[in-house]
Parts: sequence; C-alpha cells; structure tokens
Amino acid sequence: MKLARLNVRRGTGDEPPRYEEFTVPFEDGATVLDALMWIRAHRDPSLAVRYSCINANVCKECTISIDGKVVYACMTRLLEGAAMMLDPLPGKQHLRDLVTETRPPRERLS
Amino acid sequence: MMHLDTHVLIVGAGGAGMYAAISAVRAGADKVLLLDKSLVGRGGATIMAQMTVAAALAEESDDDWRLHLDDTLAAGRGLCDEKLAAVLCEEAPIRIREMGEWQVGWAQRDNGRIAQVTAPGHSRPRCCYVDFLNTGPAVAATLRRQISRIDAIRRLSNLTVTDLVTSDGAVVGAVALDAASGEPVTIAADATIIATGGLTGIYRRNSASANMGGDGYALALKAGAELVDMEFVQFFPIGHLAPRLVGMDPIMWDPFRYKLGGRLLDGAGREFLARYGSDETDAYTTPRDIASYAITKEVAAGRGSPHGGVYLSFEHVPELALRAAFGPVIERLAKNGIDLARAPVEVVPIAHYHMGGIVVDGRMATRVPGLFAAGEAVGGANGANRLSGNAIPEALVFGERAGRFAATAKAAGGWNGAAAAEAVERIRQLSDGRSGDVTAPALLDQLRALMWDEVGPLRDAAGLERALDRIGAVRAALANVMIAPGRECNASLADWFELRASLAAAEAVTRAALARRESRGAHQREDFPDSALVFSGSQRVALGAADDIFVSGGPP
Repeated sequence: MKLARLNVRRGTGDEPPRYEEFTVPFEDGATVLDALMWIRAHRDPSLAVRYSCINANVCKECTISIDGKVVYACMTRLLEGAAMMLDPLPGKQHLRDLVTETRPPRERLS
Repeated sequence: MMHLDTHVLIVGAGGAGMYAAISAVRAGADKVLLLDKSLVGRGGATIMAQMTVAAALAEESDDDWRLHLDDTLAAGRGLCDEKLAAVLCEEAPIRIREMGEWQVGWAQRDNGRIAQVTAPGHSRPRCCYVDFLNTGPAVAATLRRQISRIDAIRRLSNLTVTDLVTSDGAVVGAVALDAASGEPVTIAADATIIATGGLTGIYRRNSASANMGGDGYALALKAGAELVDMEFVQFFPIGHLAPRLVGMDPIMWDPFRYKLGGRLLDGAGREFLARYGSDETDAYTTPRDIASYAITKEVAAGRGSPHGGVYLSFEHVPELALRAAFGPVIERLAKNGIDLARAPVEVVPIAHYHMGGIVVDGRMATRVPGLFAAGEAVGGANGANRLSGNAIPEALVFGERAGRFAATAKAAGGWNGAAAAEAVERIRQLSDGRSGDVTAPALLDQLRALMWDEVGPLRDAAGLERALDRIGAVRAALANVMIAPGRECNASLADWFELRASLAAAEAVTRAALARRESRGAHQREDFPDSALVFSGSQRVALGAADDIFVSGGPP
C-alpha cells in the first residue's frame, strides 16, 4: 500500500509547540483534508481541524498552513512519501491542533 | 453554566435559518438567536448550491406560479403536500425578487431581464442563477450581509444543539454544546425553529457538507414532532466519481448539462437512457429519479465504468463551444487532469437532498407548541422526488414563514431548568473524556456504508432488514465510543452527539422504506418494482412510548 506522512501540530495555544507524525494511506489525487479525516476516524478522533464543505471549496473553513504556505487542506494534494508539515493558520489565536479563532468576534459565545 | 434567553431560537444558519432570522425581526421579535454547528452562513447545503433556483418570475416566458406547482406535483409522483408545495411556488418569486433587491446578482440578459433556463421537469424556462457554479455562495453571502446589519440577531458559531427542552408538552428552549469550551449551554426560547437541513451525510456517497447528519430530525422526533416521507432520499444521478477532482462540488456537472447537453454512456460507450423510457436526443430532460435508477441498474448489471459508475461525455461538443460556455472552469478541470474534449468523466448517483422531513402546517409549525421548522428539514413539499431548482426557494420561502410565525406565536411556556438537567449532565459526563474501543467517525463511516449498501437507490426487504440490524449494532457500539480528554475544541465530543442523531435519522429512513412496499420516485424497491395505488399517501414517523421509532399511514 502506498503511504503518505503528515507532521501535525498538536495541543492548545497555551502549550509549547509539539508535532505528531501520522502515516496515512495514499491514493492518487487524495487531498490533505482526506488524510486528516482518515486520521480522525482511524487514529485520533480528537484531532481538531475546521472543515465543512469537504470538497467544494466554498466554505473556506479548512485554511491552514502546509509546509509554511497558507492553503486550503481540501485543495492541497497529498504527497506520496515525503512528510508534510501542518500548522494552524498564522496570525490568528491558536485554539487547538489545527484550529484557530477564525470566527468573527460577534459570533463567539465567550 | 452559561444560560441564554431569546425570543426566537434558530438551530442552523444556512439559507432557511438566516432568512428566518431576518423575518422574525421584521415580524417584531426583539431577540433572535441564530446558531450553527459550523460557522454561521458557511456550513450546510445553501452555500453548496450550484446553479438553479426555480421561481415563476415570467421573465422569459408566460409563466405562472400555478404552472410551477403543476410541475412540482408531477415530479413528486403524487405524494406532495399540495398546500406546502403551493406556498413554495406562490412565494418563490417574492423571495427571489427580494434577494435581487439585496444585490444577490441574479444573472441578466442583455435586455436587463433576469435570465431563466429550463431544467429537467420544468415546462418553461424558470430557473434563475447567479453565476455558473456560484449561486449558493452568492445566496449565502447575501444573507450573511443582511443578518449582520440587524442588531436584534445574535449569531453564534460552533454551537451544537444536543437536545430540545420540553415542558408540559411544549418546546421551551434547548441545550447546546459549545465546541470551543466543551461546556453545556442552556437556551430559553419562546419559539424554536429547526433549520438544520437534511440527512444526506448519512450516506457514503453524498454531496453534503460535514454537518448534514440529520440532527434536526432526531431533535424533532425526541420533542414529539412527526416526520413524513422519510424514505425519499434524492440521489443526484451524475455525481462526480473519477478522476479525483478537488475544489469542486461533486454535483457540478448539472450546469454543464443545462448548457451543453452531454451524453450518458455505459462502460462500453453505449447510450442507455432510452431503455428506461427517457429520450435525451434533443435536450437534457431526464428526471433525477429515473436517471439515478437507470445508472444504478446499469452498474449492477456489470455495464458500468471502471470506478463503478457510467460515463458522461462532452467529446462530441466542439472545443470552442466548451470554452465559450465555461471559460475559466475549463482551466480548473485541466488542473485536475480532465479534458472534456478528449475523454469522458465517470459519474454515479450520490445522496443529494432529502424530500422527507418534519411535519409542519403552512405556518411552519409542528404539532409541538413552540417548535417550528424551515428549509430542507421540512418534509412534504416535494413528495417522492424534488424538481431541480426547488431547494433554494424552499429554504427562503419556508425560512421567511417560519421566522414570521415563530415571532408572532404565543410563547410556548416558561423555561424549565429541571427539564434540561439530564441533557446538561450528559454533556458534562462525556466532556470528562472516557476510554473506549471505537471512534465516532469510524462508526459514522460504518453507518454511511450500510445506508449506501442497503438503503440506497435500490432497495429490497432483505437488505432493509439487514440495515436495521446493522443500525442496531452501531447504536450498541455508541456506549463504547472513545472520547478524548480535553474539553476545548474536542471534536470527539460533538461527534458523539452527531452519531447519536444520525442513528435516529437512519432508522427513520430505513423503517419507512421497509414499510413502503412499492416503488415511487426516489424510493425503488427491487421486490416491489411497481407503484401501488394503496401507497398513494404519505407515511409518517414518530417516537413511541418506549422511544421506539414507528411508521404509520401506510395501507392497513
């Protein structure tokens, strides 16, 4: 089976940065979001990442940093072999794992 | 614990929820609380709409809402709730023109009239659009802009309503999980509107966003409301299958077919729709239920394409015509390795919309005082098969009504903290985390697989019975679901509630499908292939005394 590797930033914004490496199945054409959803189902359901529309690229919720570039996880193809570095969106308050505070201020409860 | 108090509570902030918020304030509500599991106005189905919005605007023909109603009833195969369908068709033009005033940007002809195209099942050019593939995002953005200007609307993102709170038989508010903190929140409301959309997320192949797992149906059932037509799930016939395509909705091929026709071909490159009674020689005319049935039968007979669908080909269309019609989209396809002039793509039916839903009257009120519903969550208007273009008008028309009537309804009764205690305690217990041998996303995947395999486009009694057993097994596993420690942004917590709701929705669909021993519209039984007169009415689903899901309304 072909594999891909992801180094994913874990923990909350208050903790020192740490990364966890995941090895995931690779299929031609698969995206980073596919891999993150696979990790949530098969490795760690607590992995925090925002996404909603999954494939249409209309909700824009899955914006993260991949190998230092701000991109959509749903639009970024997985690479076979080489490890990709996944970080939360820079310049936003870091909440947990790949989730940042992207809600407009008036849509927050607290 | 945080406690909120509102006049009108709206669960779900897609097109129906946002319109309900606007109209509730217009009707006098001083406080409206609009919640979404995802981000307000960005999740759900509205933003995914590709192109067509049906309304008898009569911009390009001598149209009338009664003609739109005729087409809607015909598409519904005799099962439409005619009153709801009439409301939908009569008020669609009002809502569509109001969206125009709010600068949604309906596409116009050179003469300044709103452009309207003919979609399958419509007798006239009736479907307006904003831009090819961009109607939904424009509708969502327009409504987001409107609600942001209204101070009486409080918007909250990342809140999952886990339970409605009932007191003396009326809904008096809700308990929600705040994803950011992992804490329960209680909400007192004079009226509550369910605008959570449908349930297509419980199918393996779907065009749903992440939060379309049938939550609203589970909430409504538990609160004592009835559901109707639950067996009718619309399978969109030509969902994209291969090659893998990113950044585009899998239902994107519909606009291509409106403009250029295109040919559906089996794995050997032969046309097959004619054998199912549909002639597409001149135009794209096959209704969705018939096309989905035909494709599924071809694949089952071993005549499919390599990935298990059929081919959609535009190879006969001159390259210049393709470019003229789709411009930059052709480049986006090229980046995905797709060249329509040279090779076909593979398509397959995917779960796209749910005709069934919550039983409401013309005010969008359920039989439970204080509880209303709007949008796709409502059942009945589309019967056994929805006409193309009716989903966005349904969101807007029913949303507007639900907000208006919820705002002016008599308050359901006072808040009852004791009635909320069990739901609050459940969130607290689960948010402490617990060990387990399975994850909620893995169980959801199992549920999606079994719904696809046994309760999909082709059904029979044996498969539906197997589905009930398998749903029972997944429900039993709910007790062993692992929940990770850490309350803040802990996705495994919201997943548990999503799975619980999806199981109720799945069982409602399956029991209704088993009870309907005939084929009609989107419900196709291999063991009962013909439509039967005794089933010319709708079936309802409700909770029994022991919280069992039961079906009524079929023949004795």
